[in-house]
Amino acid sequence: MNSLPLGSRIGALLGRMGLKGRLLVIAIPTVWLLVFFLIPFLVVAKISFSEAAIARPPYLPITEWVDGFFTINLNFGNYMFLLEDPLYVAAYLGSVKIAAISTIIALLIGYPMAYLIARSAPERRNLLLMMVILPFWTSFLLRVYAWIGFLKGNGIINNLLMNVGIIDEPLVMLQTDFAVYVGVVYTYLPFMILPLYANLVKLDEAYLEASADLGARPVTTFFTVTLPLSMSGIIAGCMLVFIPAVGEFVIPALLGGPDTLMIGQVLWNEFFSNRDWPIASSVAIVMLFVLVIPIMLLRWAQASGGGES
Amino acid sequence: MSEATPVPDAKPWNDPSAVPFLQINNVTKKFGSFTAVNNVSLDVYKGEIFCLLGGSGCGKSTLLRMLSGFEDLSSGQIIIDGQDQAGIAPYDRPTNMMFQSYALFPHMSVEKNIAYGLKRDGLPKAEIATRVTEMLSLVQMDDFATRKPHQLSGGQRQRVALARSLVKKPKLLMLDEPLGALDKKLREETQFELINIQESLGVTFVVVTHDQEEAMTLSSRIGVMTAGQIVQVGTPREIYEFPQNRFVADFIGSVNIFEGRITEDGEDHVMVRSPDAGGDIYVPHGISGVIGQKVAVAVRPEKVQISKGDLGDLRNKLSGTIDEIAYLGNSSVYQVRLDSGKMLRVSQSNQARSEESALTYKDRVNLGWAGSAGIVVTS
Repeated sequence: MNSLPLGSRIGALLGRMGLKGRLLVIAIPTVWLLVFFLIPFLVVAKISFSEAAIARPPYLPITEWVDGFFTINLNFGNYMFLLEDPLYVAAYLGSVKIAAISTIIALLIGYPMAYLIARSAPERRNLLLMMVILPFWTSFLLRVYAWIGFLKGNGIINNLLMNVGIIDEPLVMLQTDFAVYVGVVYTYLPFMILPLYANLVKLDEAYLEASADLGARPVTTFFTVTLPLSMSGIIAGCMLVFIPAVGEFVIPALLGGPDTLMIGQVLWNEFFSNRDWPIASSVAIVMLFVLVIPIMLLRWAQASGGGES
Repeated sequence: MSEATPVPDAKPWNDPSAVPFLQINNVTKKFGSFTAVNNVSLDVYKGEIFCLLGGSGCGKSTLLRMLSGFEDLSSGQIIIDGQDQAGIAPYDRPTNMMFQSYALFPHMSVEKNIAYGLKRDGLPKAEIATRVTEMLSLVQMDDFATRKPHQLSGGQRQRVALARSLVKKPKLLMLDEPLGALDKKLREETQFELINIQESLGVTFVVVTHDQEEAMTLSSRIGVMTAGQIVQVGTPREIYEFPQNRFVADFIGSVNIFEGRITEDGEDHVMVRSPDAGGDIYVPHGISGVIGQKVAVAVRPEKVQISKGDLGDLRNKLSGTIDEIAYLGNSSVYQVRLDSGKMLRVSQSNQARSEESALTYKDRVNLGWAGSAGIVVTS
């Protein structure tokens, strides 16, 4: 027994506990999700139903034990407040709008890039992919700060344009929605390109040849064959851009202006400036539903849409 | 089919005035320093099923891809129905192709796949629908119109691919290993269907295959390819019975080769002295050569007679011992060790049912073949 390597001894131990092979493989991520996702989520959900208080922690408990009665007090006031105050609705809509437009721009830029990488010579693909991933080697925060240097009044872009003589006055780019779009698209573009590339590189060239053989010009082939067959990659890429973009906090905080309203910032303010944890929690819960519903719809559309992967 | 339609000349290639429908003139294709197709010239006539037969990497698929326009020619010329195809894109060519992998669009139903080419031509919807229905019934897939390709079996996919490539009524249909993905039984059935469809539509077929049986059954003529060149063109019978060189003799069917030198060049025959055969072999026709020239005599296994008794009046006679027997049901293949030590392959159809008359291992047997059975091949 003692001569067995540690791995097999742990395996034997777990085996006696009824956890073998397949079950173990599923169990580890399940436990991980349970501990680090589901439980915190339930905690946040609980706080969202409580009442703010000047205390530590800054909310009242939702359960009470008085005179042998166990009562749960659910406070829906936080959610009602989100609907009453137009700030929150505007912030949700603003986030969805910025995320949606950024996703479309990222798709329009990312698709041709992914297509070209997938169609380039195999030995060059890895180099090109490397260049797509390269920005990840630098801190995200630093890269967003770098954009400030590009976009600000006396920044690189304005100086360049003025030196060339295209403009006389510096353009106001920083602290506008434009800067937020630039930042979001720039940051999330690799998340669009990678799934699209993975999809397009698998596309069998025989389909394109068959289409040409049957009389379709390259543009027609693209819209009737390539695009529909890469739909799962498009959906995956759009999800990977849209979902984090909705909750984005850093980019609007650094690049956006006073009228850039995104829910991530509202959440941050509620938690850290107002210290209103219950409102902040309900903002977070609603945001989750704002994201989950379109994901479910897309999954459903994908499942009923076609058999191909 | 009906009596009204004049039956076209069965062998237009023998008619010097016939104009080839497809002309391939000195076509060469190089990939870097590798020559995939080397100075190939070939004429194919209207209504033919022409098979390009060869092993993998012999350049047959590259030649087909050049006909479709997917590969540029390094040099040479391709003329289809009098029109030089140089610079014409695949989508403008009067050809269609049935791909080896079928390449059915996975996101489209069977009928949409078939309609695809017609839609590109901008035909009215009603006509598209009629022609798709026609094709579906031609390939007996009427009941599967709304299925997606992944819901079909291999044989059904093959039919859909055929329908899709035929629906535009191409002047020339190219088929890349059309039956390769089917199992043997289905392949045999489909071969004859393919011939029927071809005859009823009158489309010229160019088929690429590595399967000699497929080539033999389907084609009006076969072009045998190796190392980027066509080594022989002829009807299946010509290719089998009169191979022009050793490669063809060896590639099509199996063959016994006797190396030797010409010892006598008569008016109507040559004698080849072969140490393998332990004597002279009589070959009545074929080449005339110089005395002493190195040649080989090819004899097909089924043309050799084998018996324990006397074989009667045959020009070439040998004897040996049976070394191995493969019983194939309808025939048996014997490996006979000749007295010279050479192994001879002999096949005989099993006409008798009983085992009594059967030859067995270690039997001394007499072997022989008629003078006309052997053929002299050079190179």
